[in-house]
Amino acid sequence: MTFHSILTDSEDIQKEMAEQPTFFTDLNLDQVINAITAKKQEYNLKPFFYTPLRDSATIRCRQEVMQDLEDETLMAHIKTFAEKMVLVRRYLGLIEKLDFDTHKKGWYLEAVLLYCDAVSGLTNDLSATQVKSRGFLGLREYVGHYAHSHGFKTLAAEVHKVKAGLAGVKYSVILRTGRLSVRRDEGETDYSVEVEKTFEKFKQGTVKDYRVALYEGSGMNHIEAKILEFVARLYPEPFAALDRFFTQHSHFVDETLRVFDREIQFYVAYLEYIADLKYKGLTFCYPEVGESREVFVSEAFDLALASSLLFSQTPVICNDFALHNPERILIVTGPNQGGKTTFARTFGQLHYLASLGCLVPGRQARLFLFDQIFTHFEREEDIRNLSGKLQDDLTRIHAIIDRATSDSILIMNEIFSSTSLKDAVFLSREIMTRVMKLDLLCVWVTFIDEMASMSEKTVSMVSTVVPENPAERTFKIIRKPADGLAYALSLAEKHRLTYEHIKERIQP
Amino acid sequence: MNVFLMYRERDLDPKPKLPANEAALMQDLELNALFEAMAQEDKFLFGVAKQAVLSSLDNPDAIRYRQEILKDCLKNPAIVRQIYQIPLQSIQNKQKHWMGVFSRYPGAILSGAVEMLEMFVGLLKELKGIADEHAGEFESEGFQRFFAMIKQELGDEYFAVVENHLKELKFRNGVLLSAELGKGNEGTNYLLRKPNSKDPHWMNRVFSKKSPVYSFTIPSRDDHGARALGELRDRGINLVANAVAQSADHIDSFLNTLRLELAFYIGCLNLSEQLAGLGEPIAFPLPVASHERKHSFAGLYDVCLALTMKQKVVGNMVDADGKDLVIITGANQGGKSTFLRSIGLAQLMMQCGMFVAADSFSANVCGGLFTHYKREEDTSMKSGKLDEELGRMSIIVANIASDCLVLFNESFAATNEREGSEIARQIVNALLEKQIKIFFVTHQYEFAHSYFDQKMKKAIFLRAERQLDGARTYKLIPGEPLQTSYGEDLYHKIFGTNQ
Repeated sequence: MTFHSILTDSEDIQKEMAEQPTFFTDLNLDQVINAITAKKQEYNLKPFFYTPLRDSATIRCRQEVMQDLEDETLMAHIKTFAEKMVLVRRYLGLIEKLDFDTHKKGWYLEAVLLYCDAVSGLTNDLSATQVKSRGFLGLREYVGHYAHSHGFKTLAAEVHKVKAGLAGVKYSVILRTGRLSVRRDEGETDYSVEVEKTFEKFKQGTVKDYRVALYEGSGMNHIEAKILEFVARLYPEPFAALDRFFTQHSHFVDETLRVFDREIQFYVAYLEYIADLKYKGLTFCYPEVGESREVFVSEAFDLALASSLLFSQTPVICNDFALHNPERILIVTGPNQGGKTTFARTFGQLHYLASLGCLVPGRQARLFLFDQIFTHFEREEDIRNLSGKLQDDLTRIHAIIDRATSDSILIMNEIFSSTSLKDAVFLSREIMTRVMKLDLLCVWVTFIDEMASMSEKTVSMVSTVVPENPAERTFKIIRKPADGLAYALSLAEKHRLTYEHIKERIQP
Repeated sequence: MNVFLMYRERDLDPKPKLPANEAALMQDLELNALFEAMAQEDKFLFGVAKQAVLSSLDNPDAIRYRQEILKDCLKNPAIVRQIYQIPLQSIQNKQKHWMGVFSRYPGAILSGAVEMLEMFVGLLKELKGIADEHAGEFESEGFQRFFAMIKQELGDEYFAVVENHLKELKFRNGVLLSAELGKGNEGTNYLLRKPNSKDPHWMNRVFSKKSPVYSFTIPSRDDHGARALGELRDRGINLVANAVAQSADHIDSFLNTLRLELAFYIGCLNLSEQLAGLGEPIAFPLPVASHERKHSFAGLYDVCLALTMKQKVVGNMVDADGKDLVIITGANQGGKSTFLRSIGLAQLMMQCGMFVAADSFSANVCGGLFTHYKREEDTSMKSGKLDEELGRMSIIVANIASDCLVLFNESFAATNEREGSEIARQIVNALLEKQIKIFFVTHQYEFAHSYFDQKMKKAIFLRAERQLDGARTYKLIPGEPLQTSYGEDLYHKIFGTNQ
């Protein structure tokens, strides 16, 4: 079998989606994916993360590669390779923009130097590392073969020789108005240091840094070119060797390695992102992903929230859930700020991440291979369009119900919270009936307690408080019947302004 | 060198974080009238006044530090205004002569910075002159330290050192750099070198015998080449230019801070002159620690009302020492809102170090001032009126802490009295337990009277006076809440609530 992709072992490669799925913002997956890909813009990784898989074989294949890459040694090797390839590309891109021959050749030389270094490094590293996945075994075989080819070995030997000659050149430039001179270096003392010292006494606080970032390598003007020409005259041999090299080696990057270099970053980016969370003690696992609707997870958490809490003392609260046939719908009720929305997001995030072949936040999980995810979260209220809000909500929900299938996942969060209670109950019941008919997996966060016990398909989950101190939230969402609250001060309750609420909200 | 005229140990933050309820305070306390009187149409003064008044100090000692400085200002207004002119002069000079370090090029940064430093030297000499002549007339710790610092830091020697360095930095004989070939054959490690020869004409002799020398004269029409040569020179003098420009910045920021901090006192001077014109009194308040409970005053008037009406207004005298809850009831248009506003204004003015609008005033400082006023209209239509009020209350609760002060004005009346009273009672009880001080203007008899019946030691009840003929005195007097329904019918009519 020939190696061609580290993302799949199947021949037909899935089309990459360019657009972010619509539910991303509701689930805060946009934050997660943006954070994952933020430092990897040049690889254009987002399409990988926007393209969920629909077959469990490829998911397993990716899980194996990721598992291999969890080994720190292998990860370090891959990162080293990647960093070098980044620079190779940068240098080659730069050459396109340059005007002067000696300058272009200088950068070409740098690119080849790095490329040779990257390939030799990767070959040695892989042969000294244990890998198990089909993906990495294929890669190892491929790259070993390439590095020992005659063409590659000649390239590497010549490039080093040419570089050594140029590095030994040292010279001086004398600038006066309208005139410059170049000669060999004669070892005068550093003047900047002296002047800086005399001005040190002016310092008091921090002010702007006026050191101009004089971008080096953005090009070479004809004056610098003139200097280089003079330098070449002062030292002719190294420059002649450079010319010969350039003529003899005009292409050098291997296509399969180029593709690998991008694709492997899908795993690297994800593992880098979760590394800090793992260090903090949070657990990730490879879920079983398949057709069973009896999904479960233990110790799951919201990835976006966990990342935002990374540098705070606030602990990340983990939650469990499990559905047993014929259960399909998790109804989440309970006090506000109790972690209900977070729970709903977690459910969605886990399923989505699993469909990418990634580790998911949790100790153990079985998740459903969905066809689509739909979310309906309360939108920021738009002052200009308030009268139409309920209408907008219902239109959106209608569209969802229309497109969803029994393989879809639906996540509803506090809909109808700004309508009257009576309307909210009525509308929620109507929509629940339709959702149950679809038989899809659903998480529904609501303030309407009676939703929790509508049928055998619904499971009641409640955000809980510490029994001795109802003021304190546990952020635990537990399977139990909904509490039910009197309506007397429901408005004050809604705003968390009852006597009890205020006392718990105000810190001494 | 630090100004330190607003805080004993730090500069005033030029862009402070104003309290989250800034907009509510501005609206409920009509603060614009106050800031306009302080600003006298100067936008900068307006901004600083707003910033200072809304960023309350919570330490009585820090308040007294400013009070002392302000007393010096009231005593020497002309000198203070003269000092204030110095930073203004700097700004004018910069504008008039296009001075400043605007460039992205080290050469221009260096020359721009040198020009600025020369201008600053002139102004700093002027400041030193004022310090030498008038320092003795100021008694406050803040001003004494300020003048002592000027005298010490801005000696003649200091100026001489500066001028000498500026001269050396012209590089009249050219620049010598060393370099190597870096990546891509580009010149790298450019270093400014000190020529081995001390001869001012060293440049003519550097073409030594050791190395061949290749020279190039840029054709006079080659602007691009001349610029490129300049860029190389820039690369060599980058670090030096940075050091000089930063020095200019240090002095510039000192002058800006001086302007910023004095602007507050100039605003206070303006306000005191306005009030003196109306014949209204001012008094320096006595702040006490936040955990104490003190609120006693005489002749406390609504400074914004006086400024808006341009006339003397009625003042109130109350002794609410030891009280946590002040409930104000009584006639419509009876001065309740005005009184409540005067409480808020005095608190803010006291806590920024100003005088207050009263004959005398003493109160504990508060950790934060919050206002919860009935809004005239609910433009958002987002929710019912009570819902809207509770929404605002919830934001207050999210931001409040012990030893804060809340002013309620007819809050939670947008429902029937029983429910409204219950909600208000729960809120007030919880806030009281959290050691939060409350002034509550209300028409809700059930709510007000329940506290009266409890005979709470920490509560005091004030009533807007209405004489038997219905005439109003706008004075508040201590008294039991009366069951009146002056506004009740109106409420139900306006808010459409069910009875």
